[in-house]
Amino acid sequence: MSDSAATDAGIVSTARSPDGAAVWVDGLVKRYAEVEAVRGIDFEVATGEVFGFLGPNGAGKTTTINMLCTLVKPTAGAARVAGHDVVRERDDVRRNIGLVFQDPTLDAYLTAAQNLRLHAELYRLEKKVIAPRMRQVLEMVGLWERRSSTVGTFSGGMRRRLEIARGMMHSPRVLFLDEPTIGLDPQTRRSIWGYIGELREREEITIFMTTHYMDEAEWCDRIAIMDHGQIVALDAPEELKSQVGHDRVTINTDDDDAAIAALRERFGVEARVHEGAVTFGVPGGEQFVPRLFDEWDPAHPPIRSVSVSRPTLDDVFMSHTGTTIRDAEEDQAKNRNRMMVQMMGGGRR
Amino acid sequence: MSATTERGAAVGAVGSVAAGADGAAAATPVISVHVPPHSLASELRAIRIVWQRDLIRFVNDRIRIAATLVQPLLFLFVLGSGLQRLSSAGTHGVNLKTFIYPGILCIAVMFTAMFSAASIVWDREFGFLREMMVAPVRRSSIVIGKCLGGATVACSQGIIMILLAGLVHVPYAPLLILAIFGLQLLLAFTITAFGVMIAARIKQMQAFFGVMQMIVMPMFFISGALFPASGLPQWLEILNRLDPLTYAVDPMRRLVFSHLHVSAAARAALDPGVTWWGWHVPGLLEAGVIALLGLAMLAVAIAEFSRVE
Ligand SMILES: Nc1ncnc2c1ncn2[C@@H]1O[C@H](COP(=O)(O)OP(=O)(O)OP(=O)(O)O)[C@@H](O)[C@H]1O
Ligand SMILES: [Mg+2]
Repeated sequence: MSDSAATDAGIVSTARSPDGAAVWVDGLVKRYAEVEAVRGIDFEVATGEVFGFLGPNGAGKTTTINMLCTLVKPTAGAARVAGHDVVRERDDVRRNIGLVFQDPTLDAYLTAAQNLRLHAELYRLEKKVIAPRMRQVLEMVGLWERRSSTVGTFSGGMRRRLEIARGMMHSPRVLFLDEPTIGLDPQTRRSIWGYIGELREREEITIFMTTHYMDEAEWCDRIAIMDHGQIVALDAPEELKSQVGHDRVTINTDDDDAAIAALRERFGVEARVHEGAVTFGVPGGEQFVPRLFDEWDPAHPPIRSVSVSRPTLDDVFMSHTGTTIRDAEEDQAKNRNRMMVQMMGGGRR
Repeated sequence: MSATTERGAAVGAVGSVAAGADGAAAATPVISVHVPPHSLASELRAIRIVWQRDLIRFVNDRIRIAATLVQPLLFLFVLGSGLQRLSSAGTHGVNLKTFIYPGILCIAVMFTAMFSAASIVWDREFGFLREMMVAPVRRSSIVIGKCLGGATVACSQGIIMILLAGLVHVPYAPLLILAIFGLQLLLAFTITAFGVMIAARIKQMQAFFGVMQMIVMPMFFISGALFPASGLPQWLEILNRLDPLTYAVDPMRRLVFSHLHVSAAARAALDPGVTWWGWHVPGLLEAGVIALLGLAMLAVAIAEFSRVE
């Protein structure tokens, strides 16, 4: 425990002390009977940060959140949330966190307002602030007008928004959002990101979220890429992308094969045809383009168009895990199917 | 108010979420709330809200209310009138419906209590249990609130049964009613605690009802709800004395019979009372047995729910 803190101190100079960080995790492990869901992760989240966990299905994101929110006991390692130990000071951790679980946890038979009131009572909010606070969070997610409707009549997006409002009801210092936008249409996803942005501006809050949408990870201040229970990369999205080390250049020509050969001979880059255009990666793509035109032999097929794009998080994920997130999920799905067949056959659980 | 409608509109418009947010932020300061450390008062609040939730859900559930109203009528009149045709000779002139009234009251309360406890299994299936489990309150408060909620809902069933007493010639004597009310409340609590204890372990609805059926039906038949608890074959007598429901039905029947004008022979035949090795168990002790069982199961349920994971 202490030696891992010491080695990491060199990397994140100011940070590896448990005080002051909103979330501080050291060598956290969770082992279930059949799988090691989390295999020793270390990270920390500064107060006020939006921190994202990105990873395919089964990477261990939810398990990590469950340990941080005291619902699951770590097999090994330590973690502190809002300055409190998640094993020894459970009650203090719970007072200071808000949660939006991956699966819905509303009472569909109660109204929106009754759900929030129940929450307020469980979190022992002062009586006189309950009503105004409820109004505030409901207005934030645009559900104030629907406060007296039964949650059972809400659409999936409305329920999600209500859960976010509920998670905010008691002004938590750290808000955990496990896949807050999964299964929602792009518009609702955007508005949910709107609330999250709004939250950061209005309240002093740290947000810890998981997602497997690459585009959403871009909204985070920092992201950790998780795969098979381990963190394989952790940095700001821009940093991660620049660490990939190359930009993607795409050119259109009349003769792709000749162009690929020319690129190999003259510039030493391996290009391939991807979606009908010649694509290759080079460091500093913008500087490469002028050189490309200067040195492009008139004998080569003329270049009709060229575009340069920065590496995406997909490229980052690929460079760290060797697969795209989609492939990783397909593998997982296959495993899951196999497991399900086993379970039905073996009658386990 | 107008700010609210504007915001409602802004959320709908693509891309204007942030703009709407800024407007609202400027208009209303953030209402500051904080969660104090836990205290006895806060635990009582948690118990109350968990209890209240069960009541709200019950009141909103018309089908359950209808079942609450119809179920006792079905039991009492269909079963009572049907059996009466067979056994009028053996009841010494006492209406069979009067005789089975305490037993039917107990079983009606028991079914309702089971159903209330089952809501924990629903809560787990539909995720709501996690909302309560992660709240900064003691698990014991949640379990106690749940048991009280179930007991209260089951109580409504008991009250309906008590209202029906006159129809089966049980007099509305205030003391009798009060005592019956107290006994059925105790039973409702104990059965809910039992159901909650089971629900801590059994996570699927079907399995839960399977287990319940396996336990509740025999309990009902063995308890003496439908027959007097004396002169039984030895094996049945042993089972009868082990069945907790026996100790709810018996004192209730004794109370009812003490308010009836019946012959000594009828009393001896129909209300012989429960004996332990020949010793007549007093009603208060019987109530104590129910209460003790309830508390023990509550304790187990709390321990089960307090384990992490
Ligand atoms: N209660 C449990 N018992 C046994 N294994 C579990 C349990 N919970 C999770 N696991 C296993 O731990 C691994 C990680 O699961 P986890 O739910 O943390 O993944 P995730 O990253 O949240 O995935 P997703 O994107 O699908 O939500 C999986 O292999 C899963 O099967
Ligand atoms: Mg998950």
